[in-house]
Amino acid sequence: MAGYVVRRLVQSVVVVIGVTLIVFVLIHFLPGGPARATLGPRATRAEILSFNVANGYNRPIPIQYVLYLKRLVSGNLGFSYHYNESVAALLASNVPKTALLVGLAYGVSLIISIPLGIFQAVRRNSVGDYAVTAFAFVGYAMPTFWAGMLLILGFAIYWPVLPSEAPQGATIGAILSQPNALILPVATLALVNFAMFSRFMRSSAIENLVQDYIRTARAKGIKSHWVLFRHLLPNSIGPIISLIGLSLPVVLSGAVVTEAVFNFPGMGLLFWNAALKQDYPLMMGFTVVISVATVAGSLVADLLYAIIDPRVRYD
Amino acid sequence: MTALRADSGDATVAVASRESEGGELQAPTSSLKMFLSVFGENRLAVVGLVILALILGFCFIGPLVYHTNQVQTDFNSSTLPPSAAHPLGTDDAGYDVLGRLMVAGQVSLEVGLGGALLSSLFGVIWGAISGYVGGWLDALMMRVVDAFYAIPPLLLMLLMATIFSRTTLVFIVVVAIVSWLPTARLVRGESLAIRVREYVEAARSMGVRHVRIVQRHILRNVIGTIVVQTTLQVANAILLLAALSYLGLGPPPPSTSWGAMLNNGLNYIYDGYWWLIYPAGIAIVLTVIAFSFVGDALRDAFDARLQRH
Repeated sequence: MAGYVVRRLVQSVVVVIGVTLIVFVLIHFLPGGPARATLGPRATRAEILSFNVANGYNRPIPIQYVLYLKRLVSGNLGFSYHYNESVAALLASNVPKTALLVGLAYGVSLIISIPLGIFQAVRRNSVGDYAVTAFAFVGYAMPTFWAGMLLILGFAIYWPVLPSEAPQGATIGAILSQPNALILPVATLALVNFAMFSRFMRSSAIENLVQDYIRTARAKGIKSHWVLFRHLLPNSIGPIISLIGLSLPVVLSGAVVTEAVFNFPGMGLLFWNAALKQDYPLMMGFTVVISVATVAGSLVADLLYAIIDPRVRYD
Repeated sequence: MTALRADSGDATVAVASRESEGGELQAPTSSLKMFLSVFGENRLAVVGLVILALILGFCFIGPLVYHTNQVQTDFNSSTLPPSAAHPLGTDDAGYDVLGRLMVAGQVSLEVGLGGALLSSLFGVIWGAISGYVGGWLDALMMRVVDAFYAIPPLLLMLLMATIFSRTTLVFIVVVAIVSWLPTARLVRGESLAIRVREYVEAARSMGVRHVRIVQRHILRNVIGTIVVQTTLQVANAILLLAALSYLGLGPPPPSTSWGAMLNNGLNYIYDGYWWLIYPAGIAIVLTVIAFSFVGDALRDAFDARLQRH
């Protein structure tokens, strides 16, 4: 186990370096170079030259990369000339709100898909099983933004019970004070996760349902639902925990779209606006931070899996 | 993550070894027959193929029959409801929506198919080299895959769409860059398992060149996986392009895609212009479901062929 943890840590560091390299390479594809991207289209030649000298962009490429890493490690993610604010500050104010949205969506989809997956496994090939599978399939095939549009049409326009816009506000407290407005964005994003989770949960539960320990538990006369809850659930939940870590990049992509549909004031909306305004420092900084968070997330998920499921062997 | 990957790796190893042990005894025709019969028995696969044929015909042959002007705007006839002249109405620029669905579908399908093929090509080469060579190169190449996995695909696509000019070819490359990863991992896992088998060692000891061993022994064993993966990638690529277009960074006007049509439709969500919201969304869902059906059925058919051996 200790060896595994060390190996995973080293791997993660290598992956993080890889991510910074990818972004670093992209910086050099920026139209007009990093100086133009940071200073904006109206910068003069002299300003660009002095920016390049000050940030080392006139030095050899490998040294530029080391300088870039140094800046990252010291927390300098760049400066958004568009917002006239440092990228780190923008991140700090927007990431918590997106984390709330993503966290709620994960929670809702887990609460629904775990029992549903077990139900599907127990009632395999029944009408209910097929119905849930079909629903998950359509959920997978449906673009996130279209699902959001349909929810707005349904619950904000034809049957106006919910607001069509996400809660507005600078802080998490302000967002949470309008729970009604949170329902549609969370439901949209949860649909994406649900399509993924329910399929995994179903097959994982089916695999465990035929194991001897389930038969033994039943033979001992333990009540049926208790067998499912106490024996089947903990044993088949492992892959889902792994999947939470693995699915984070996809879910964050979904969050960008969801935030765009509902005008949710989080990091996805900010990133999208940055893309429309070609605010490169903001996009680059966000990409690095989010990717590093993803690597950390999947590391934590793997370690959790190893702790929860002692059957997992890593060698 | 490791556990998941290890599990699927073991499964594919088992399947691959089954084929390699008895593969030569089976006459190729019966294998193909078997494949076709399992594929044909799957009703969903047939439904998927029929839907795909209809959509392809609609997008590529439709404009030859149903002539509309999809280049010049016509603001005199904007947002007209469906009528005899415009079966699905017109959008805010006066484009006929039915005709627009066709040209948008062409772009969506071209990027979907092209992106999936390119990503498979790249993923296969990367995975085969990584698994066949092994050692530190394998470790390094797989960390590159991990690094790309860590970046949310849509963020990378948005970033690239702002940096490079937005042509169909660029979209194909961009889609390929974010979707070659699963193929690379699958092919790497299988070639890692196959390269230590006796027949590969025998080939190597006879002096067969590495490129030929990879072609003849490794790629032939993983071709089923690659075909399945490519089919599923098309669905994924269409969804990715749709998301990018919805965010306004898809093909620039007058070109369009299904996602871009929906981006436009969102502006009129309060006006009851349903023809700007339902048709393009349904087109995306149908296409993605059809490709998924075909992909799943192909997987079953390849599995059945292997199990028979």
